[in-house]
Amino acid sequence: MAYAAGVDVGSTQTKAVVINEAKEIVSRALTDTGANVMLAAQNAFQQSLDNADIREEEVEYVVGTGYGRYKVTFGNTQVTEISCHGRGAVHMFPNTRTVVDMGGQDTKAIRVSPTGEIVDFCMNDKCAAGTGRFLGAASAALDIPLGQLGPTALRGERPVKISTTCTVFAESEVLSWLGKGKKIEDILLGVHQSIGARSIGLLRRVGIEEEVTFTGGVALNLAMIEALNQGMGLKVNVSEDSHYIGALGAALFALDHILASRIPVKAMGAV
Amino acid sequence: MTEKQIDDTIVGRGNKDGAALFRQWFDELNEVAAQGGQSAYVFVMGSMAEILRVFDLPVVFPEINSLQTAVRRVAHEYLDQAEDYGYSPDICGYVKADVAMQLRNGKHSMGRIPKPTIGVYTNACNTYIKWAEIWERMYEIPIFTFDVPGTRAAGTQTWPGDLDFENDCRYVAAQIKELIELCEEITDIKFDIDKLREIMGHANVMSRGWKQVLELNKSRPSLFNALTDGTIYLGVANGFRGTKEGADYFDELVEEMEYKAAQGIGTLTNEEYRLLFVGVPCYPIFRRFNELFTTQNGTFINSTYLWFASGGTNTGFEYDLDNPLDSLAEGILINVRDAMDSMFFQDKILIEMLDTYHADGVVYHPIKSCRTTSTGMADNRRALMADRDVPSLFIESDMMDRRVVSEAQLKNRIEAFFEGLATRKHQAAIEGF
Repeated sequence: MAYAAGVDVGSTQTKAVVINEAKEIVSRALTDTGANVMLAAQNAFQQSLDNADIREEEVEYVVGTGYGRYKVTFGNTQVTEISCHGRGAVHMFPNTRTVVDMGGQDTKAIRVSPTGEIVDFCMNDKCAAGTGRFLGAASAALDIPLGQLGPTALRGERPVKISTTCTVFAESEVLSWLGKGKKIEDILLGVHQSIGARSIGLLRRVGIEEEVTFTGGVALNLAMIEALNQGMGLKVNVSEDSHYIGALGAALFALDHILASRIPVKAMGAV
Repeated sequence: MTEKQIDDTIVGRGNKDGAALFRQWFDELNEVAAQGGQSAYVFVMGSMAEILRVFDLPVVFPEINSLQTAVRRVAHEYLDQAEDYGYSPDICGYVKADVAMQLRNGKHSMGRIPKPTIGVYTNACNTYIKWAEIWERMYEIPIFTFDVPGTRAAGTQTWPGDLDFENDCRYVAAQIKELIELCEEITDIKFDIDKLREIMGHANVMSRGWKQVLELNKSRPSLFNALTDGTIYLGVANGFRGTKEGADYFDELVEEMEYKAAQGIGTLTNEEYRLLFVGVPCYPIFRRFNELFTTQNGTFINSTYLWFASGGTNTGFEYDLDNPLDSLAEGILINVRDAMDSMFFQDKILIEMLDTYHADGVVYHPIKSCRTTSTGMADNRRALMADRDVPSLFIESDMMDRRVVSEAQLKNRIEAFFEGLATRKHQAAIEGF
């Protein structure tokens, strides 16, 4: 049994996934990226091997993805996170035609074909508005752990309007609403709706076609799922492994390489 | 001569001679500036060089001066100076670099640029008008607006014989007459129709050659890179319009391209992806931007920039030298209108070119500091994608301001685009197997 691995080095966290030849996830690992990107990639990969008692030699091919993909020095090749999220999402939810990936510092809207081919994509430019970083700013301003933001926001009933599109200014806007006596849950609900609206704007640029799959770390946030569902009037697909979908896509590309290398030269049409 | 010697003489001649002519042009401008001579400030979309050369007015293209500061990686110094002077970071970077150059008394990295005696511009770009007003205020010079009727809606162009076209032509002809009178007044030189005829003859050779060069790039492999090589040809097309040097250059450029086509000499060793480019190049990282594509075996085979920035002379319109003034009006109308169409209504022509040029994809490059070329680009792309199943890429940066050029972000998007192209090629190969 051969294994393939994908390592997704994101701006905030690094994820590794190992799959078998049946394209099943056999192991996954997650670590903070930190300042040493190369070390983060190595650590995540090693953890994923340790978690499933797999020896490094058993992994025949490794694909690096994410902004730090060229730092996956032990990998065999690199594929952009755009292609990997598209591929991983279609693998998880085969009817996926649109993907929204919300990460630490960027949000991607991707339209895919039934085979997982990227038809079109759009990303936030030079600004972290509408990304996980925006939630980070709210978390800091309100002194609430990131994991509690979603549940708290879902208790909100009268969301405030967050007008700024700048992550830096968002913090002061949140504080100004606090100063006006607004409830924390209403402020947070407003924050989630604001990010959702920005992301839906990106999705509209590539065209929203059902089914829509939500990937990336922020997909674990229930309030964000709700904001997207309400904003688009549909129900997005979310996997428990949403955080790992980029790494999964990379592992699937790695498996392609392994399987292609096994095709006899004659069968490939060589004379 | 051996085949190798012929190769060395012909292949790359257009780039080498183009660079030399470009240098010569700026040296001449430097000389004019040193002697305090007259000059006409003009723009690429309708330079009116044919008329201005009759009055021995050297042509200065502020757009080209400005982009040169970006290519030479000093644009930020000029932009900063103009912004310190009070211009907004959000307006056209070309304007700001020019303003800073004027504040520096014409000092430019290619030499000194003379002050304007007259500013002549068309309505092809709305910024031209406000830009020329800056010179009018700075130098108290006359400025001349050439109002060229554009296309009213996509696909509704009128042609000779149509009543609307003839009316538009008369409107342009009347403006030519006014410009001639103004030039006579400021230069004290009498209008000479035979000299105009001679200039128009050279312009005819250049337009004919330019159209041929662009069409020859249908060859596989492609003969020149529309983004890099094409910009050199464009410099000569503008700076030497209506001159013998310009005519000779384009004759020789056609010869070079025909030779390369016959010999199968392309720009890339392994041309896998043939791309069309829409918009203005990213001059702050000009070479590097192109390498982001060529390292993936992609090359640009044509570009809307080569159309609108040549003032529409890509149409190959040739003047009737027996009827110079009316024909000049007709040519200005057709060419400047085409330049505007290349910015605003380019989807239909691009769709045609996907087949005739065997293009694999289209790259749209909207830029922060030029709303004229960028507004509507997303809609044009949508129209193209609705009509044809063709991969396209939408990447944003700038033609002047390196503060809004993020190479890492561009690289990521470009790589994803090529991954999509590769997947598509792979699928097509499987289906055709």
